[in-house]
Amino acid sequence: MASENIITINGTEYPFEPNETILEVAERNNIYIPTLCHIKGYTPTGACRMCVVEVKGARTLLPACATPAARNMVVETESERVVKSRKINIELLLSSGHHNCLTCEANGNCRLQDLAYRYQVETVRFPETPSKYPAETNNAMIIRDFSRCIMCGRCVQACNEVQVNRAISYGYRGAASKIVAIGDLPLNESDCVFCGECVQACPVGALIEKPRRFQARNWEESVVKTTCPYCGVGCQLDLHIKDNKIVRVTGTEEIPPNYGSLCVKGRFGYDFVNDSERLRVPLIKKDGEFREASWNDALSLVAKRLEDTKSKNGPDSISVFSSAKITNEENYLAQKFTRAVIGTNNVDHCARLCHASTVAGLALAFGSGAMTNPIADINKSEVILVTGSNTTEAHPVISSYIKRAVESGRVKLIVIDPRRIELTRFSTMWLRQTLGTDVAWANGMMHVIIKEGLYDKEYVESRTEGFDELKKMVEKYNPEYVSNITGIPAEEIIKAARLYGNAKPASIFFAMGITQHSTGTDNVKSMANLAMLCGNVGVPGGGVNPLRGQNNVQGACDLGALPNVYSGYQQVASPDAREKMEKAWGVKNLPDKPGLTVTETVEMAGKGKVKALYIIGENPLVSDPDLNHAEECLKKLEFLVVQDIFMSPTAKLADVVLPSASFAEKDGTFTNTERRSQRVRKAVDTPGEARQDWEIICDLSSRMGYPMAYNSPEAIAEEMNSVTPSYGGISYRRLEKKGLHWPCPTEDHPGTPILHVGQFTKGKGSFYALEYIPPAELPDKDYPLYLTTGRVLYHFHTGTMTMQSEGLNEMVPECFVEISPEDALDYNVKQGGMLRVKSRRGEIEARANISDKSIKGSIFIPFHFAEAAANKLTNAALDPIAKIPEFKVCAISIENI
Amino acid sequence: MTAKRTLLICQGTGCVSAGSLQIHREFEREISEQGLDVEAKLTGCHGFCQIGPTVIVKPDEILYCLLKSSDVSEIVDSHLKNDVPVERLHYHDPNTGVAIPKLTEIPFYNKQQKIITTHCGYINPESIDEYISIGGYRTARQAILAMSPEEIIEDIKSSQLRGRGGAGFLTGMKWDFARRSSGENSSQKYIICNADEGDPGAFMDRVILESTPHSIIEGMIIAAFAIGASKGFIYIRAEYPLAIHRLEIAIAQAREKGFLGSKIFGSDIDFDIQLNQGAGAFVCGEETALMASVMGKRGNPRPRPPYPASDGLWGHPTNINNVKTLSYIPLIIRNGAKWFSNIGSGNSRGTAVFCITGKINNSGLIEVPMGVKLRDIIFGIGGGIPNGKRFKAVQTGGPSGGCLPEEFLDTEVTYESLQDAGSILGSGGMIVLDEDVCMVDIAKYFINFTQEESCGKCSPCRIGLRRLYNILERITSGQGEEDDLDLLEEVAWTVKEGSLCGLGQTAPNPVLSTIRYFKDEYISHIVDKKCPAKACKELIEYSIDANKCTGCLLCLRNCPANAITEHKLEHEDIADGGERGKEDRVANEKREKPLSVCEINPDVCIKCGICFANCPQDAIFKRDKLFNEEQYTVVNF
Repeated sequence: MASENIITINGTEYPFEPNETILEVAERNNIYIPTLCHIKGYTPTGACRMCVVEVKGARTLLPACATPAARNMVVETESERVVKSRKINIELLLSSGHHNCLTCEANGNCRLQDLAYRYQVETVRFPETPSKYPAETNNAMIIRDFSRCIMCGRCVQACNEVQVNRAISYGYRGAASKIVAIGDLPLNESDCVFCGECVQACPVGALIEKPRRFQARNWEESVVKTTCPYCGVGCQLDLHIKDNKIVRVTGTEEIPPNYGSLCVKGRFGYDFVNDSERLRVPLIKKDGEFREASWNDALSLVAKRLEDTKSKNGPDSISVFSSAKITNEENYLAQKFTRAVIGTNNVDHCARLCHASTVAGLALAFGSGAMTNPIADINKSEVILVTGSNTTEAHPVISSYIKRAVESGRVKLIVIDPRRIELTRFSTMWLRQTLGTDVAWANGMMHVIIKEGLYDKEYVESRTEGFDELKKMVEKYNPEYVSNITGIPAEEIIKAARLYGNAKPASIFFAMGITQHSTGTDNVKSMANLAMLCGNVGVPGGGVNPLRGQNNVQGACDLGALPNVYSGYQQVASPDAREKMEKAWGVKNLPDKPGLTVTETVEMAGKGKVKALYIIGENPLVSDPDLNHAEECLKKLEFLVVQDIFMSPTAKLADVVLPSASFAEKDGTFTNTERRSQRVRKAVDTPGEARQDWEIICDLSSRMGYPMAYNSPEAIAEEMNSVTPSYGGISYRRLEKKGLHWPCPTEDHPGTPILHVGQFTKGKGSFYALEYIPPAELPDKDYPLYLTTGRVLYHFHTGTMTMQSEGLNEMVPECFVEISPEDALDYNVKQGGMLRVKSRRGEIEARANISDKSIKGSIFIPFHFAEAAANKLTNAALDPIAKIPEFKVCAISIENI
Repeated sequence: MTAKRTLLICQGTGCVSAGSLQIHREFEREISEQGLDVEAKLTGCHGFCQIGPTVIVKPDEILYCLLKSSDVSEIVDSHLKNDVPVERLHYHDPNTGVAIPKLTEIPFYNKQQKIITTHCGYINPESIDEYISIGGYRTARQAILAMSPEEIIEDIKSSQLRGRGGAGFLTGMKWDFARRSSGENSSQKYIICNADEGDPGAFMDRVILESTPHSIIEGMIIAAFAIGASKGFIYIRAEYPLAIHRLEIAIAQAREKGFLGSKIFGSDIDFDIQLNQGAGAFVCGEETALMASVMGKRGNPRPRPPYPASDGLWGHPTNINNVKTLSYIPLIIRNGAKWFSNIGSGNSRGTAVFCITGKINNSGLIEVPMGVKLRDIIFGIGGGIPNGKRFKAVQTGGPSGGCLPEEFLDTEVTYESLQDAGSILGSGGMIVLDEDVCMVDIAKYFINFTQEESCGKCSPCRIGLRRLYNILERITSGQGEEDDLDLLEEVAWTVKEGSLCGLGQTAPNPVLSTIRYFKDEYISHIVDKKCPAKACKELIEYSIDANKCTGCLLCLRNCPANAITEHKLEHEDIADGGERGKEDRVANEKREKPLSVCEINPDVCIKCGICFANCPQDAIFKRDKLFNEEQYTVVNF
């Protein structure tokens, strides 16, 4: 028995695992040890000394959080000596600063308060010494009250180790210590990105959300766990509700994918829900003006106009845009409505504008068009290749996974991106390619990998097809040749190829920088080629991982809001699938021809072929390319109905506007970027008469002669799962605690975090031999600069949600033109000066932001801003397979105003 | 005529700042002008800083002290040319006033046992050849070419050498841990020399670095070879510019000779050293804070384990040794473990290096065998207390040490004995206190130092030390309360037992040891509102004894607060030229009866003590301040 790992705590023996701390053993056995500074799962800092315990034979008391359990160790957790030390420690903390529980937001949820109570510290025998630092209240998101700060350092650790934003640290010394941002600047002048991880980590009231101040005390709040409405990471969050209003948002601790972390949008971008501009009643346009209407009038009108259009011009003259923002259940209903009630496959959504090429490309290569590996696998990679993804701004919580992995020292990062994005500060290598040359660098890396024999021969042989063609194709893509195309030095291509090729496993992450090209599908296939070549698909820590940009873009695709497939990617062209759906839906003659995409619908509207359009929660008049043209097209529609939560630029064009519900007002499920289906829960009521999207669709359908009578989203989910094999086992009951990865065909299936293990979905993985094709438009004499577009951290998509938040607007109040210092010099551009930016399709005006993120010759403009819409400039050249427009490359000119 | 003379001119920081470089130039000028065959050589520190600048004349072993440039010609003319030493410039025994010309007969020197300071003051620290000429680098070469790392570690282990930075961990064991460390990062190991000597009044490391920098490099080479490190760092405080300068020279010289760099001594071993300068934080002497600082982070300590031996710089196994520890290494390898372990007492073997300062006649740097008695250091080497004052206590181990009273004078100085007595050996600071020192005030002084130097990371140290300081401030200003003693002890123990690093864990020692040995002084302050040593300003008043005052007005003229007034004496008819005042006039002329006396206005007096120090008649004295009842009650808050 002597060889066993046994520790004695408070007289009882407990076994322990190697490397377990005293605290971990105690917690596992429900022995209480108080902590203030400890963050589970991260390096103990040992700062607060609250967890000190008495260890027999030790000279001093030892911190349970940092002391490993050892054989024959005898520990007392509440001995007289320990309790005395804790009491005085609490007394010391209470004497420092000003701890007034009466008006503190932490009251009732404060660890210091709890400890003072538990250890009966009633009086403080020291005079209170006020903090020498005044509270910082000058930004709209975070209040820093130094008089309540106990210097536990949780915020510092949260910022540096969890989020790896490195914005705050310890400053000064001794009793003058303070948590400081760089140069002790206020947060809004520092490197802080307002993710609020520090606020959530603060065990007292020193850091609180500013909008919450004096709004709600802990016991007045009810908490509803739900899924974030922004990007595709699908962070689990807790909405804190008082009086039918969201008063604050916190990340849900201890469950994937975010384990409590959020970004600035998730934490502070909820104002849109409570916003007074929300649509509250249905509107019907009469003589060019909207008039309020009853639901009965509005929906009767919509039903009648759609039926008229259908009977006059056929079902294919009607299109429906479903939405990546509504739930799986609602997407399912939207496509069912389109197909079963209207009788067309003209249903699509904004995935067309982001990852249509991914879905197409990966389906061709692997048989399934989604992230192959879960987010958590980032820790298991040896090398991570990130390309065409400004992860820290577009998918902040995933970027933290990457940054943590790099910081651990085990993982190397290759960034291939035309901008000097934040992640390049963490990367082992940053390759800067000329815009739109991704097939070329991928071919170049494969050339080196094949030439140097770094590829996985056995894998290629047994699991893939088409290698010989690929090999032949990349033969000419030698490093010099590729360097000429991409501008990446030849030796860097070789180095990156070796780094990726020698790693086992290595993973690839990409986003719009790969997909939004006229060669988007080729780009995606190239990523698949590279990963398969090195045997990285179907293994933990490997994979080809497209980062989805919308909360439910994955789900909208999965549930059939696409013109060519029903839910679960069952082809509309397949007679079996049609028959199955006809049976399930009780209809006959479902259309067999794939319908129109979003981009094609706009074109066809312009040509008069599409007469009526039903848009649910989309805003094509900001999101589509070549906006001037898009607007002309939509204006030609005979009937436009828009269902949204705000009067968006698109809604303004509509004949009927239907007020719908935000994420916080509905039940259902969203599927995140890693194919994890997660619950959405109703927290507040819809404003005015606004209704949930599924209710509106059901009502409309019933009025058009196809009764839909579900009494809840769960009822829809049951039908949806029964006809969608990959969702078959994803019941609400199982989603209660955390989400499930599809495919999950049955109730007892555990879900599938990693795709293509052992075998590809389509059998053998296919290599595609691809030639590099240049972008559709290149800079020339008249338009000498490249333009690329993208997101900024503080805004989302077309801004309808984020631009209602004071904090977010404060950080990025308006559009900007990011220009390199070299170009600024050449064009005599001043920081903050107004610029006119022109392309062949339009022009916008915005202020210059000179930044070394941009590289000479390339300009970046965020696409969020309707008043300076970057998409007036972008090129609508489409990828021939996926019909995705080339948002990422076009030619522009700039001039000072 | 005797053999060729050499002058060893001290160029330690103290002597340099007192003008030893000018003295050196003056000697060189005189010698060359007079065409003498004498070498005037700059050396490291002679150790006896109290009487610097010092010059040793070899081979006579005559010591000259408190020299000025103007003394040089006299020494040259009298001693160097005519063999007549200059008596007035010799060391004079402070108690007897007798001149002692020979270094070897001065108690400060002849009661020491020098091992690592043997060559301090005898060789030129900026010359690698001089270091080689005394056998330097031979041991390192032999160790690398002819010994195995295991043999070296075995030698160090059996020598029982313990870390001289203060904690006293067995050096051989520490090396063994680092050598055996075999984690995923163990392909690269590091060694650090901790030269961040921050204790007030301590300068042992500085003297060694300034005097024999090559001995540290040699020690580091051997240590690095023993643990398998290819890279070393010397972390030195920026406040030691001279030591930094000399280390830079020494490292460059060692590289040139092939002792540092790749394939050192022609072996296949690579080892090089980088200097890192601290930025003034005391806590960076703590090893985990030091490592953070080397890595470019804020110098905050972190919990141990993991220990540096397994998870040090950038996650790699790292061995950290103090300057003194490293300088013993070549000697132990050369002379054998037994030679070393034969010196000392109990579990404390070898010698100890101290800086004795404070109220002591001979302050300076000394090296003595472990186990020597405090009395021998203070009254033997140190020459006792100046001005016939009484010894009160000795504070050992820097600001985190404790104050030991007279009854410990016969205690043997070892790691254990000092710890048992409530102090620590520390890195070797030793401050002697006399009867004029208030022990409460001294505790406050040290706590003020550590509370300011606390990094602020853990709450007991950050707030606890501050509170201890607040309470001591209250007590020394007459506002102490009866509960304060208990509160002091409670907080002090919490800080000691609950702090994260060694700084906090030892910082309360001055408070705890003074409460333990000088409790009555605390009680006087708290209960009687009196400072027995008359040191706490708030509790005393300065007053003038009218019977002693001669009305010279020296105090009045020097008083910065204009608190002193002249009080004319009403001698009946001093001013009168007539018969009646004749007697008084005569007395006045004989200074028997002053014209006036001075008075101090206690409401204006700022108690700076200038008058007290300058009164030629010793007429000014300190007395307990009188408190009335109201003043007692004001203090409650």
